[in-house]
Order: sequence, then C-alpha cells, then structure tokens
Amino acid sequence: MLYAMLCYNDEDAVFSWSKAEDDAVMARLGEVHEKLVSARKMGPALRLMPTTAAVTLRKDSDPPLVLDGPFAETKEQLLGFYVIDCESLEDAIGVARDLAKANPGGAYEIRPIKVFLPGAELA
Amino acid sequence: MSDVGWIGATLTAARPQAVSALMRYFRDLDLAEEAFQDASLRALKSWPKNGPPRNPAAWLILVGRNAALDGVRRRSRQQELPDEAEISDLEDAEDAMAQQLDEGHYRDDVLRLLFICCHPELPAVQQVALALRIVSGLSVTQIARAFLVSEAAMEQRITRAKARIAKTQASFETPNAIERAERLAAVAAMLYLVFNEGYSRGGEQGEAREQLCGEAIRLSRLLLKLYPAEPEILGLTALMLIQHARAGARFDADGSIILLEDQDRSLWNAEQIAEASALIDKAVRHRRPGAYQVQAAIAALHARAPSAAATDWVQIERLYATLERMEPSPVVTLNRAVAVSKTQGAEAALALLEPLAERLKGYFYFFGVKGALLLQLDRKAEAKAAFTQAISLATSPAEAAHIRMHLDRLSAESQ
Repeated sequence: MLYAMLCYNDEDAVFSWSKAEDDAVMARLGEVHEKLVSARKMGPALRLMPTTAAVTLRKDSDPPLVLDGPFAETKEQLLGFYVIDCESLEDAIGVARDLAKANPGGAYEIRPIKVFLPGAELA
Repeated sequence: MSDVGWIGATLTAARPQAVSALMRYFRDLDLAEEAFQDASLRALKSWPKNGPPRNPAAWLILVGRNAALDGVRRRSRQQELPDEAEISDLEDAEDAMAQQLDEGHYRDDVLRLLFICCHPELPAVQQVALALRIVSGLSVTQIARAFLVSEAAMEQRITRAKARIAKTQASFETPNAIERAERLAAVAAMLYLVFNEGYSRGGEQGEAREQLCGEAIRLSRLLLKLYPAEPEILGLTALMLIQHARAGARFDADGSIILLEDQDRSLWNAEQIAEASALIDKAVRHRRPGAYQVQAAIAALHARAPSAAATDWVQIERLYATLERMEPSPVVTLNRAVAVSKTQGAEAALALLEPLAERLKGYFYFFGVKGALLLQLDRKAEAKAAFTQAISLATSPAEAAHIRMHLDRLSAESQ
C-alpha cells in the first residue's frame, strides 16, 4: 500500500528558523530519506512555500473564483493533490480550471513548491 | 531542536498577535508587554511538561490576560476585599480564543500595534526601534547593536518614543476601509525602513543586520497573512525577499561592497527569489500597481537574469520610468539614469543626472554613479572629482572603500 504523509507545523515558527536550524533539520531528515530511497520505498517528497504564496480556486461557484491565500475552510477535507509543472501562476490557475470543469465542488489550493525531491522509482 | 529552542521560536512567532490582542484588552502598551512577558515565563514552565498548546497565540493571550488581572486583583486586595466574581472562569476559553484568531478577528489588532509605532511625530529611527522592541520583542541590547549605539542611548530613545505615543490616543474602533489602507501604507513604509536599516549597514555587524532584515520580512509575511489580497504588501514582501536573497554575495571577505553586476549569482538564495516571484505573480493579478510592486519587479528582473550581461535593461528602464510617475523623486531618476546608461550609453545618462545635481548634492550614490559614468567616457579628471566628493559623503567604511578602489585605479593609471 502506498501512503501519503502530510506534514503539519506552525509555519510562523518554521519560517523564523535560522538557516543553521533549517539546515540541521533538513540534514537529519536527509539521513532518513536516504535509507528509504535506497530501499526504493520513498517516492516524491516536497516542501511547500509558505501559505502567503498560495491562491485558492473555489470551484463550488460557477465560474470558479480565485482567492488570495491558502484553503482555510474546515468543513472540507484534504482528498488528494497534484504536482504540475507550470510556466506561471496564470498557467497553474488555467490547469486548475480545467481540472475544476472535470470535477466541480470543493477547492484547489495552488501553492508553489519550494523543494522537490524526486525520490526513487518504487519497487 | 531543544525545548528552549522550539519554545523560543514559538514565542517569537506568536508575539505580534499576542501583544496586540493584549494591547486591545488593556489599552496600555506597558501593561500589554508585561502581560506577555508573564505569559512567556509561564509557557517556559508549562510547555516542556504539557507540550505546546494547539494555538500558542491564544494560550499566551489568555494566560497573559489572567496574569495581569491577578496582578490587578493582588494590588487592590491591599485596599479592599477582592471581587472574585469579576474574575471569570476561562475553561475552554483557549478554544474559543483560537477560533476567534482563526477567523481573523485580530488582524486589525496587529495592524494597530504596528501603526502605533509609525507615529508621524516620531523620527524614522525611533519608529524602527519601537517596532523592533514592541512588536518583534528584540532586546534593547540587540537593537542597540544593530544601530551601532550604546545600550543606554537606545534605552533612552525607546523610553522617549514610548512616552510620546502614550500621550496620543490610539483608536480602538475597527478601522474603515480608508483608514485601514492608510495604516497599511504607513506600516509598509515603516517595515521597509526596518529592512533598509539592516540592509544598508553593510559588512559590519553582520548578525545584527541579518536580524533586522529577517524581522522586516517576518512582519511583512505576517501582515500578508492577515491581509492576503493587498498587492502592495505582496510587492513589499517580494522586494525584501529578493534583496535579502543577495545578502551572501554583497560583500567580499574584507567587507567591501561587491556591485550587483560583479556578484557571484550562485550565492544568491534561489528559494527566496522563487518565493518572491510567486508573490509578484499574485500581486500582478490584482491589476493595482504600486511603488513596491514596481520595485519588486525591477529587483526580480535583476534576480532572474542568468548573468549581468543578460539583464533586461530596456524593461528595467521602463519600470523606473513608471516608478518616476508614481513617486517622483531624484533618487528614482538617478536609478533610471543607470538603466539609461546601459541602453543608450553614458552620455545620455549624464544628461539625466545634470538636473538632479542640486537636490542630490549630499547623496553618496549620486557622485558614485556620476564618477562611474564619467569614467566610461574617459573623462578622468572629472571622474576623480566626483569620486572624491562621493568619499566625503560615504555613510559606511564599505562605501568609502569601494570608491577608494576607483580613485586608486585612476591615480595608478595617471602615473
């Protein structure tokens, strides 16, 4: 079974880490990653930019509405995510609109990725 | 991270929100700061045992408020019997508080606290010092170090600034749209001052400088979270991120300035530049351009150019012209002249500089740019005169050293 592990923390605190603190955390994680990747157990992993870099496409309205900021409702749950290579934010919003046509309701939060680790081809 | 490490980071992150909410309860800056201090001490005792609360800001507001009320109660007990009924039971209050925070009820509190520091009667340096002390919670020692003044002098400045703002009545009404826009503009200007105070310090006081830039970015991000659809706040955050991204490449080992065109671009922080680009993209969608957005766009053009030679100077010149229309200033024209020197040559740029001479006669960069342009035209004697004037106006040893290098080269050539 493939499992997704979703990472939660207080971004205000995490983004106030010094570079040394951040590097130390990434180095410790790196050791764990290495074992998982060499065992071909770890697929892509990513670190997102802060929520201030996000926009949200509300696709429960027609046409869908683009709002600044992260997805902030509590009545819907995270059900999946995409990683898409886009030229620009407009391009990303365009892709999200296409997806929304196929699957209206709910929302897509569009957030740039800060670090992308491709991981291994899974066994 | 150790207990103290994560608690410290959490307290720092929660401080602006907690102090500004306490400020609204007590309508008194000193009382709000004391209450936060009290709550922080209790957090240091309680959090290692019980783990971090779900919403640290809510926890600190509640505990701080109760601690201050306890203090009031203790003091009044000496005079009369305590009124227990006045102290409400706050079970489950943390959740209620957390919900209010989630709903953004407190965003105007944070803006108010920042706005109080921008009091127009306070000189810029005092605004910056006050914001760093009250909103960021930097110690007087840290602030004094960043400003290169003694601790006693800084203590006095902050005390004076506090006394000044205590006399003016802050408005605790919810601001209307126009007031809010005015406050945001004042606060944005103050945050950029904080940033530039760190940025312009140059090679000396590296860590203290780094801290001011970091604080300005942190507070700007906070503002952006509270007001996510403000294009100028997006622009300001992006602008500071890009300038900060170049921090590691701006000075050589001796602390001398390395010009943008000579910097090692591999030392620029690509993640910060990417984040800034994402913010600019968001800002552009609003189609409400402003000075910070234009400056961020200019910075982004520099940051995205793979080499100095590949810089899109035509676009940069256009953006400076836009900025000139938005906020006419001789300094902006000076910057446009630099762009013009790349697109049309040094002669055209010098012509733009001429009418600025009177207004910029005390400005280091004016003479630095003028000298460099004259040098390009091989007018060595005039270049030397301009550089000599620049040196006398330098505000840091790094600036002086950079100009000295030109002068030394000129005298070496003339020998």
